[in-house]
Amino acid sequence: MKKNESYEEFIKGVWRDNPVFAQVLGMCPMLAVTNSAINAVAMGMATFFVLVGSSFLVSSFRNWIPKQVRISCFIIIIATFVTIADYTLLALVPKVHKELGAFIPLIVANCLILGRQEAFASRYPTRLAVMDALGMAAGFLLALFSLGAVREILGDGALFGVKLFSENFEPWVIMILPPGGFLTLGVILLFFNWIKFKKDEFLEDVAEAERSGN
Amino acid sequence: MENLLWVFVSAVLVNNFVLTYFLGLCPFLGVSNSLETSARLGLATTFVMLVTAVCAWILNTYVLIHAPYLRLICFIVVIASTVQFIEMLIKKLSPALFRAMGIFLPLITTNCAILGLAIFATNRGYGFWEGIVYALGAGIGFTLALVLLAGLREEAELSSIPKLIQGTAMNLIIAGILSMAFMGFAGLFSST
Repeated sequence: MKKNESYEEFIKGVWRDNPVFAQVLGMCPMLAVTNSAINAVAMGMATFFVLVGSSFLVSSFRNWIPKQVRISCFIIIIATFVTIADYTLLALVPKVHKELGAFIPLIVANCLILGRQEAFASRYPTRLAVMDALGMAAGFLLALFSLGAVREILGDGALFGVKLFSENFEPWVIMILPPGGFLTLGVILLFFNWIKFKKDEFLEDVAEAERSGN
Repeated sequence: MENLLWVFVSAVLVNNFVLTYFLGLCPFLGVSNSLETSARLGLATTFVMLVTAVCAWILNTYVLIHAPYLRLICFIVVIASTVQFIEMLIKKLSPALFRAMGIFLPLITTNCAILGLAIFATNRGYGFWEGIVYALGAGIGFTLALVLLAGLREEAELSSIPKLIQGTAMNLIIAGILSMAFMGFAGLFSST
């Protein structure tokens, strides 16, 4: 039972309530750094670390943080983790850090992270909060990666810097420029809408068939 | 003087905060459903940006040279308290304006465009006046993008659009086309 509950919190973030595709949160870093798959993954890992770390801390301290100043407390906890992530990336992968630039400090203002602290971590026990954070962060990473991969393949004809097509492929430069981010995410959301639409239609059909069967 | 002008034009058009840097997308997609509220939110944001630019400059010059690793925490605390302070100030000075701005004032804290502005200005080593002009340009650029999208969305409300596309997907595609149009301004810079 216990294991099941944690699993449920995890899978919720990855698929059903995916922070980007279902809730449209955390858009700013989402679009800004996904011009190549490697940047997207680095950003996703940094967000992963910050979200899981701050969820753990917030949920551990949830009984000590006064209600009135909770937002400021959350922000300071998040900012601390972001600073750690920023300096770690600078030390480990200076090249990626340079490309991501100002967007690493901007993880602080990612509404996804603050949203999870407010809606989940500050109310539930540590174990569930960490599972929820893991799920949400994995969902975010997945979304970042898929967007980054689509944009890099179309815009550069490559994935993780490895060329996929022959010389004849004409890259769609627009995809790695800012408009490409908006368009790609728009089309992906459209696809998700379509799946949901079809599913609703299917469920309605099933209900209809059951009614007429009786 | 010419330098200041370029900083301004660049922040409004060429490097528009919303359409090229993807900053402040949450309010951009969230509240851009009517022209009036977007214009008001834009004004409030511009104001907070100006105050933040001044605070960031003071912090950078006098405090953070001794402790650069505290930059992020300092900025976010300053922004949060500035927004709180401005809220109280407006409430005291002009209750009518306070009511008009409503929920948007506190929400500005979580707008990444504000923090982004402070960080960009620091990274580029802008001085006092450059910082202020940059903040003004960024604010106007943000307002411009917001008002443009709100206008388009108001028009879109009236036309018949398939149910499948309505909502965020359509807004993103509109934003993509707007962003493509703004790319045209990039030519302004290379010509000089």
